[in-house]
Amino acid sequence: MFITKYIKDVYKGVRSLLVGMKRTLYYFTHHKEIITQQYPDNRDTLVLPERFKGEVVMPHNENNEHRCTGCQACELACPNGTIKVIFKNELTPEGKKKKAIDKLVYHLELCTMCNLCVEACPSDAIKMAQTFEHSVFDRNELTKILNNPGSKIMEGVE
Amino acid sequence: MWSFSNIANNLHKWLSETFNPTMTLIIEMVLAGVAVIGLFAALGLVLVIMERKVSAWMQIRLGPNRVGPKGMLQSLADTLKLLVKEGLTPNGADKLLFNLAPFVAMIVAMLLMAPIAFAKDFQLWDLNIGVLYVSAISSIMVISILMAGWASNNKYSLMGAMRSGAQIVSYELSAGLSILAVVVMTGSLQVSDIIHSQADGWWIFKGHIPMVVAFITFIIAVTAETNRAPFDLAEAESELTAGFHTEYSGMKFALFFLAEYVNVFIVCAIGATLFLGGWMPFHIGNWTQFNHVMDYIPSSIWFFGKTFFLIFVIMWFRWTFPRLRIDQLLNLEWKYLLPISMINLLIVTAMAILKWHF
Amino acid sequence: MFEEVGTTTEGDIIINVGPQHPATHGVLHLVITLNGETIKKVEPHLGYIHRSIEKMCESLSYRQFIYVTSRMDYLSSHINNHACALCVEKGLQVEVPPRAQVIRVLMDELTRIASHELWWGAMAMDLGAFTPFFHAFRERESINDIMEETCGARLTMNYMVPGGVMQDLHPNFQKKVKEFMQLYKRKIHEYDELVTGNIIFQNRMKNVGYLSAEDAVSYGCSGPAARGSGVSCDIRKIYPYEIYDKLEFDEVLETGGDSFARYMVRIREMQQSIRIIEQLIDNIPEGDFQAKTKAVLKLPKGEFYTRVETARGELGVYIVSEGGTTPYRIKFRSPGFSNLSVLDHIARGSKLGDLVAMMGTLDLVIPDIDR
Repeated sequence: MFITKYIKDVYKGVRSLLVGMKRTLYYFTHHKEIITQQYPDNRDTLVLPERFKGEVVMPHNENNEHRCTGCQACELACPNGTIKVIFKNELTPEGKKKKAIDKLVYHLELCTMCNLCVEACPSDAIKMAQTFEHSVFDRNELTKILNNPGSKIMEGVE
Repeated sequence: MWSFSNIANNLHKWLSETFNPTMTLIIEMVLAGVAVIGLFAALGLVLVIMERKVSAWMQIRLGPNRVGPKGMLQSLADTLKLLVKEGLTPNGADKLLFNLAPFVAMIVAMLLMAPIAFAKDFQLWDLNIGVLYVSAISSIMVISILMAGWASNNKYSLMGAMRSGAQIVSYELSAGLSILAVVVMTGSLQVSDIIHSQADGWWIFKGHIPMVVAFITFIIAVTAETNRAPFDLAEAESELTAGFHTEYSGMKFALFFLAEYVNVFIVCAIGATLFLGGWMPFHIGNWTQFNHVMDYIPSSIWFFGKTFFLIFVIMWFRWTFPRLRIDQLLNLEWKYLLPISMINLLIVTAMAILKWHF
Repeated sequence: MFEEVGTTTEGDIIINVGPQHPATHGVLHLVITLNGETIKKVEPHLGYIHRSIEKMCESLSYRQFIYVTSRMDYLSSHINNHACALCVEKGLQVEVPPRAQVIRVLMDELTRIASHELWWGAMAMDLGAFTPFFHAFRERESINDIMEETCGARLTMNYMVPGGVMQDLHPNFQKKVKEFMQLYKRKIHEYDELVTGNIIFQNRMKNVGYLSAEDAVSYGCSGPAARGSGVSCDIRKIYPYEIYDKLEFDEVLETGGDSFARYMVRIREMQQSIRIIEQLIDNIPEGDFQAKTKAVLKLPKGEFYTRVETARGELGVYIVSEGGTTPYRIKFRSPGFSNLSVLDHIARGSKLGDLVAMMGTLDLVIPDIDR
């Protein structure tokens, strides 16, 4: 019948609306369901997973030594030309000339955090750091030199 | 006891002792105007922060929590921002209408404040056709929206305004019919009469199911009339970017924004007055003790409590439902709300004649 | 040359939806001819986010070009990478270790759920309901956390490499995925309560944007957009890759052809993805996560084509190799482009408000269309 169908439609419609309103009321009254993280405030307790790809860094040990041999594998692996290896000639104690890295230039502004350089590195000299607040006022600050000044290659890394 | 009516009476007494009658009238009118503007601003601030908090909690967010204690001054900061922004008038706009529209919206909202009883014996203007006045003035609102939409010289704005025109004109019918249900029961259009008729029980309880139906129809219709979601087609964000106020910026936009919230407050105040007894406390039959306790709560708190409850309901709608389409919106009015409220009005009239209510 | 924009016939107006518009979720530009509220014509203008990814890939090696494809359909970046990795493997004739295959399928299905979650929230937001957007993000966030832990990023992961995956699974992976599935099962009924069962929503979706099976085929639709019209086109079933042929799951088909059918396909697809993950999560085989490949990859001379099922439909990768270290030509057959082309056909004659519902259910990701 027309009238019963009409009333049924109205009933069903109102019921579906009330079900939705019950759900939102539940969240309105249950504040423990709130999932907001107050980001700049929780900086101290913020833990990023160890694999998070923030930027490329070169770890140095306490003697200011790194593991980079200057093989340029990272430079070749990088799709964007983010990494540049600049060499210098060093004299070994025996008096021989030896090629070593002068600077490992890393352009953060070009980097897409694809992790290919870290994968390519044969001597584990570079790795991804968990930093992510990269904004600076001067674009030049984004061009970084990864090896510390005066650093040397670690003993035994070829 | 402390109450709004005492303050008003003492002020009136003092003024009439100090000044001559004409001066007293002028000063009282200015004071009333200032009070309305003050209330206007305060309502805007309170309702915006309320809406943001309600939406945040329903959306499992925290909401504004930085400016002031618990973010309570956020809307004040937003108002300051809007005040210092440039109010652009687009090239090709009808300059007069474009700049006039927000003020029309605001003036309409202000005029609607007149017959509302905020507390016991505290009313700006208790005119004998109060309810009719409200429904008449509130329909001027559509003119400001049409003006804004037309004068913006923007297709989105025009479409929003046209949608809003069709919508407000349609929904006025069922809003009016559900108001009539109370008027039929009371036998008076005067707001104070309607409130006094509910001294022994609010109409929503006294009037059995037909009154509940009228109340629900009223809430739905006024939600549509104030262009609130799920009936916010006039400013449907995903379709028309911002509808009729697409081209407005700065304080002109803020006035529209404010007018929307004040309109929500007013329709909720009307709803509370007609169906929930205005400032009348909640009484249950013969429970004298309970009724005494209820009487101790000031009448203004009763009024604002009921009004804000209704505002909460309307916000609750907004943050739960998706938006209707324009043809569905008109279907809902003409195929569902209007027939239901007409039949309902017939039943209410029969009840009033046969004295079936309590 | 350029079409003159203005009033065409008496009473018609032309509006530009986009490139900046809240409903297009990106820089899609639709020129819509309207008669009142009724749509007479929809004309998509593309190219606002064209980055010539296909050309870029020609100068990148076979290891390098995979990361670029994350930027096409950024919501199913794993699946894009997967398609490219598969194509390179096909050329190299590399056998992927079973562990890597399972990891890849797991990641694909997680991505599919995450993508559908975002689509669900964004579509509800298009229709005017803001709350579901945040509720969808709650579940999506836990998937993102899983991805972040294992792959190191949340959106553009670059986890697939030719021959397997870049890193092994994180030790917490299984625990976290199980937690996510519990959360998902606890919250799935809210989707029905808030959106699916809602009378307003159903009225907005039903009998809107009807797409017949014939039209779906002739326009080249794929994915949920075509399956909503009853066209069986799930690549995972028809041309199974990796271990999909050994898994138990149903191809979701709806016959309605309207927006609601397309909506239901995606909702039910999420449950099928959960089913796949349930089968795999306790049965990840031990072994290598990456096959041994040469440092410099060289594809033999020839043409290679693979296709996978992304969250939006069929993604085809076509590589022409001249035998060098870089591809001679790469062509992506992206699902979004074909799905967008159907918009004009289904939108004619409906209301402006329906356009939003149609665009929502076609699930357009603009960078995928433009590339």
